[in-house]
Amino acid sequence: MIDPNSSLSHLDLETPEKPFLDANELVINMGPQHPATHGVLRVILRLDGEKVLGLECVIGYLHRGVEKIGEHRTYTMFNPYVDRMDYVAAVSNGLGYCETVEKLLNVEAPPRAQHVRVILTELNRIASHQLWLGTHALDIGAITPLFYTFRDREEILKIYEKYCGARLTTHAFRIGGLQYETYSGFEKEVKNFLTFFRPKIDEYEELLTTNRIWVERTKNVGIISGKDCIALGVTGPVLRASGVKWDLRKAQPYANYKNFDFDIPIGQNGDTYDRYLVRVAEMRQSVRIIEQAVEALPEGPIMAKVPKVMKPAAGEVYHSIEAPKGELGYFIVSDGSTQPYRVRVRPPSFVNLQALDVMCRGQLVADVIAVIGTLDIVLGEVDR
Amino acid sequence: MGQVVQYIRSYLSSDQTPGAAGNMFWALVYIMLVFGGLSVAVIAMNWLERKILAHMQVRLGPMRVGPHGLLQPIADAIKLLLKEDIMPAEADGVVFWMAPFIVVLAAFTVFVVVPFGPTHAITDMNIGILFMLGVSSLSVLGIVMAGWASNSHYPLIGALRSSAQMVSYEVAMGLAVVSAILMTSLNAEGTGTLSMIGIVQAQQAQGEWFIFKFFPLGLIAFFIFAVAMVAETNRAPFDLAEAESELTAGFHTEYSGFRWSLFFLAEYSAMIAVSSIAVTLWLGGWLRPFPNLLNSSTWDLVFSLFPGVTFLLFAAMCFYNAVRMPKHPLFRIQTIGLAGFGVVLGLIGLVLFLPAVSMRVQDIFWFAAKVAGFMYLYIWYRGTFPRYRFDQLMQMGWKVLLPMGLGVLILTAGVALLQQRIWHP
Repeated sequence: MIDPNSSLSHLDLETPEKPFLDANELVINMGPQHPATHGVLRVILRLDGEKVLGLECVIGYLHRGVEKIGEHRTYTMFNPYVDRMDYVAAVSNGLGYCETVEKLLNVEAPPRAQHVRVILTELNRIASHQLWLGTHALDIGAITPLFYTFRDREEILKIYEKYCGARLTTHAFRIGGLQYETYSGFEKEVKNFLTFFRPKIDEYEELLTTNRIWVERTKNVGIISGKDCIALGVTGPVLRASGVKWDLRKAQPYANYKNFDFDIPIGQNGDTYDRYLVRVAEMRQSVRIIEQAVEALPEGPIMAKVPKVMKPAAGEVYHSIEAPKGELGYFIVSDGSTQPYRVRVRPPSFVNLQALDVMCRGQLVADVIAVIGTLDIVLGEVDR
Repeated sequence: MGQVVQYIRSYLSSDQTPGAAGNMFWALVYIMLVFGGLSVAVIAMNWLERKILAHMQVRLGPMRVGPHGLLQPIADAIKLLLKEDIMPAEADGVVFWMAPFIVVLAAFTVFVVVPFGPTHAITDMNIGILFMLGVSSLSVLGIVMAGWASNSHYPLIGALRSSAQMVSYEVAMGLAVVSAILMTSLNAEGTGTLSMIGIVQAQQAQGEWFIFKFFPLGLIAFFIFAVAMVAETNRAPFDLAEAESELTAGFHTEYSGFRWSLFFLAEYSAMIAVSSIAVTLWLGGWLRPFPNLLNSSTWDLVFSLFPGVTFLLFAAMCFYNAVRMPKHPLFRIQTIGLAGFGVVLGLIGLVLFLPAVSMRVQDIFWFAAKVAGFMYLYIWYRGTFPRYRFDQLMQMGWKVLLPMGLGVLILTAGVALLQQRIWHP
């Protein structure tokens, strides 16, 4: 349980340094250049031997001022910028932004656009989880899963490339629907991918799920209770692995998720192993959703009637979606002009990163690596 | 002059190792051969590891430098030699300078007693196995020195981990070794041996590799050793000392260029060294498969063909891939190179068919083949397993392997005693 009175900076780094090795405590700087911090995260570790007494995250090395940029761009012009936050799940970012502005404008994307959005977003969830699985396993020392997941992620990126020309920062959606109609053979290729991908999940699991070393390295590592998760605002698979059944796709359905039949996988122990299982199960659920969406893909227009120059009425709106990493929320204040007065993003990685200290205390250095991996942070999104 | 020639020729008629026969000339020749062979093996290992690992991971591995990346290790070696040699300003110069040499020295000295054949060893010590275990544990000194002298946190933690790991796994390893040595005493005189050559000869005399002796006791001892030896050499899944995701590169983080390559060389030769111990103690050293079961002269002939056939297979692989090379002028040199390499391998294979040659190299071939099996296992582990955590590693060493080793030792001693006193008094 977290003590609400404890200050955030508990490391007390101001104390004069004791002579090297005379002290029992060792302060180590992990990052910003470190192979396992997933970018430019800097973690200051206070260690007793190998045991972590406390840690503090130093962020901001990848700060690009995305929110500030938003204040100087029109609603349409800002759309591609959001792709650069969580660059491994760019489609989800775009979906969140487009839906928020649509809510502000009071328009709704036509059903066909909604369906394509769901397909692409769920494909993106799979891609994001694949990247997470590969790098997480690599951090724990299993190098092979990385290559398997990247091989299969390539197929998803190919679909994106064919759809909109970009692989990573796709800018796939437009406010009010889609800019591009699906290419011919889109449905077939997505279906082909699903049949190709299903056995691949088993392949990943074969390497890890029952691997003794993997289980030992991840079970009871970085435990966080559901209560702590809620107190810290942690969302996404981390929250669900702690036994809290909270998924925005079900809790406050957006796009047209309510039309699809899928389960929310949850864990019990809130440890790294459960988070692994939850994410792998989520990949399977995404496959289910995509399958239904492709089967029921309606005909029709792909753009709603949206004014060329968007001038939403003055007001504010908050809308959030279930990104692969957790709740991705956009808070947009409009002053009635063509540019938002304020754009505030609630990035899941940034909020989830808060839990790092709670999860790592009393664990070993090697566990810190595992926990950073299991939180599935993307520094582009943490720093924005 | 005549005396010198006489001195050189006198060894040829002896059936001892040059060291045991006291012939300095041949001892030097053997040292050169072992050192050269080891360097070639490390270079080959470098290429093979990258290639095999790559194919396990659905990628190609080195493909650019030379046909199928065959020249990659050489390119790497040149790069490492030409690299700037950086010593951190805060480092302890002398210790930093000495550490890689101690590690390499320990790794190479071990090979003094490794028996590649009944006479193919630099020397035959009567305490051979003790010498091997002792000298190979010296390398931990170099690792601690490297970690300490770098004057940096990550190398320090890496060195501490590595030394703790090597020291604790040596205990289990030692117990497993003792139980194998016990088995050498199961002869008419009841005297065992610590000599590496003696151990293999004991397996030959008893008509059984020690891995199958007192089934499953020998197998368990071998298993303990096989686990401990991976930990001892700091390889995956026990590569915590150089866990790149945690400690960047562990004790050799601050090393670069030639010094770094010395650590690399030492790591690979240490792998070969511990594999040779395992092969000598449990897998019959230089003995060919089924020396007692299939011992007719026909079988002798068949098994003597193996070295040549192996090289011919390698040559065939080269030719096959040379044919499959893209038919583009840019690839012409590579194709010719690969075919030329195949021709060299094929010629070696043909030479190995000569009875006079094949009789002499057979032992070395079987020994090398068994060691190569272990090397493959090392690569396989690396491709399959995640890394253990430090406390789990220690737990396994002290709480699993050590009691197992003790149990096996006691049981082996008991069974051996029973066999000597009761079944065959």
